[in-house]
Amino acid sequence: YDYYKYHPMEEWMAQMVMDYPDVVTIVDYGQTYEKRTISLLKIGLESEKRKKAIWMDCGIHAREWIAPAFCQYFVKQILQSYKTDTKIETMMRNMDFYVTPVLNIDGYMYSWKDNTTRLWRKNRSPGPSGDCYGTDLNRNFDANWGIGISFNCSSNIYCGSQPVSEPEAQAVTYFVGSRKDDILCFLTIHSYGQLLLVPYGHPNFTAPNYNELMEVGLAAATAIWNVHKKNYTVGASPDVLPNSGSSRDWARMQGIPYTYTFELRDKGEFAFELPEDQIQPTCEEAYGGALHIITYAHDKTFSGAAVTAAASFWSVLLAAGVARVNLMSS
Amino acid sequence: MGFRGFIVLVVLMGMRGSPTGAVSLKDESAHPNFVTREQKDLTVEEGRGDVMATGELNPSHFPARRAAKVVQHYLNTRYGSPYRLFGLEDVHSATAEDVADTGRRYHLQISAHEIISNRTQKCSADVFFPRGEPTQSPEVKASCEELLQNTTAQEEALYQRYKEGHSLLSAQYIPDSQGHIEPDMMPFWHLSIVASSFIMLHESTENTLYNMAQVAQITQLETEREELKFDSHMLLHDMVSQEILHWKLLFTWSPAEGVKVQQMQQIPKPNH
Repeated sequence: YDYYKYHPMEEWMAQMVMDYPDVVTIVDYGQTYEKRTISLLKIGLESEKRKKAIWMDCGIHAREWIAPAFCQYFVKQILQSYKTDTKIETMMRNMDFYVTPVLNIDGYMYSWKDNTTRLWRKNRSPGPSGDCYGTDLNRNFDANWGIGISFNCSSNIYCGSQPVSEPEAQAVTYFVGSRKDDILCFLTIHSYGQLLLVPYGHPNFTAPNYNELMEVGLAAATAIWNVHKKNYTVGASPDVLPNSGSSRDWARMQGIPYTYTFELRDKGEFAFELPEDQIQPTCEEAYGGALHIITYAHDKTFSGAAVTAAASFWSVLLAAGVARVNLMSS
Repeated sequence: MGFRGFIVLVVLMGMRGSPTGAVSLKDESAHPNFVTREQKDLTVEEGRGDVMATGELNPSHFPARRAAKVVQHYLNTRYGSPYRLFGLEDVHSATAEDVADTGRRYHLQISAHEIISNRTQKCSADVFFPRGEPTQSPEVKASCEELLQNTTAQEEALYQRYKEGHSLLSAQYIPDSQGHIEPDMMPFWHLSIVASSFIMLHESTENTLYNMAQVAQITQLETEREELKFDSHMLLHDMVSQEILHWKLLFTWSPAEGVKVQQMQQIPKPNH
């Protein structure tokens, strides 16, 4: 695994469609400030029924390179497993996975430019006076503006001229907003810190399912630890990393029940420049955590259907059994 | 240098000025997908730094974590070398108390991870954050279990190599964009983190969380003195503001004297 392998992203996405044409399509859903197309991979098996969905985005912050690497890993994992892993296959039948490998494409490309740009975070839209660049996309969503943000364009947590002023945030807002009733899980992937954060970022507001989010989060952190013994701290943002205007908070406010921010490796030793030999293990452990949350969300939603199906199956068997007894006795 | 038994130390740091980021509050109306948290629990931090947690602290939450990070920086300034470097492994417990109007003191039980030997040691520490303007640096006392590895031979070898060397060290961007560090640069990366820890310790407050982001440049300078001398440009990351802070740092190192900072100066970030 190395960072160059999946760069540029469009080629890799096209390759996925070519390799798995029955289950993968590319959906273009917006444009960046510099007019690049924002795309996601839609992954799922054909179904007659109305499907639910899982949303995952990576690369909202340009310098967090391990995040896009994880989105790619996640996609490859589910595509490589669904034919042999019945659980993954079931989930793909009941749900579509919408995965955006890089949301902040302009910022990400800029961070690849040279050594001096590697630590860029924001997007690349110019500020109001044109002498500073970039809005922090993860402070630009329409969600409880107020904590952990700055109204100064030079700041790395500049929230933008107004909520959803940025085209990248608009793209997500429109796509997810128009499907919010079907989306069970909204996972946004970042680095670094080894954290699993639950809504809300603003200390004055609590998600109604906070206890459940914490419980599922703690179980996901255990799943992560089981892979490579790395500790991920689970908590509500105000307790661990206060902020507002985040995509996660906005998603929770739309009613999407299971929304989490993943902050991947490490805890500050290499920070944003995570060595390439840590890409694979980081992705493996994060996959364990993400899958736990996704499976939980899926099972909670579809267990009712499973019970109904099982009940129908048994009643059919019973009826057949009774009919057979009748036939035999006559 | 040898370390045996328990080590108790006091470090007093000097004065400095401090910039702060802008934050403001906006009212939000009631909404079906959130409930307003009741303000009755006074130990919940409000996010503006006005009402900070006191008493028993949750060790996973940021007030304890920020104080613990300061201990990490302190340990590195005190014991760090090209072959010894500490990370914060875990915070086990923490309490905090206000000290009249002078500031707040944290008492912590932490585990520090010595990265190079991959060993963990428990420490108990006090961190005092002074109040008032201009902002002062925190004061740290730490007492750690004995576990420090002897690194003298390696340090001597490195020192001799660069003391007598025909070419002076000069390097840029460590780690590189892909997180790679050349094996013979590793000791200088560690040394850079140790030297930067003096800055991070000096600059830390209850509203910061510093880590080393990258060594932009490190150059060895000619010197008549015994110690090796370095001029450097360090990039530090503050998790709270998410800023990358640029610092020029002039420092010396020898196995006998450890790291000594001669000059440190924050420089403005480039406009791009």
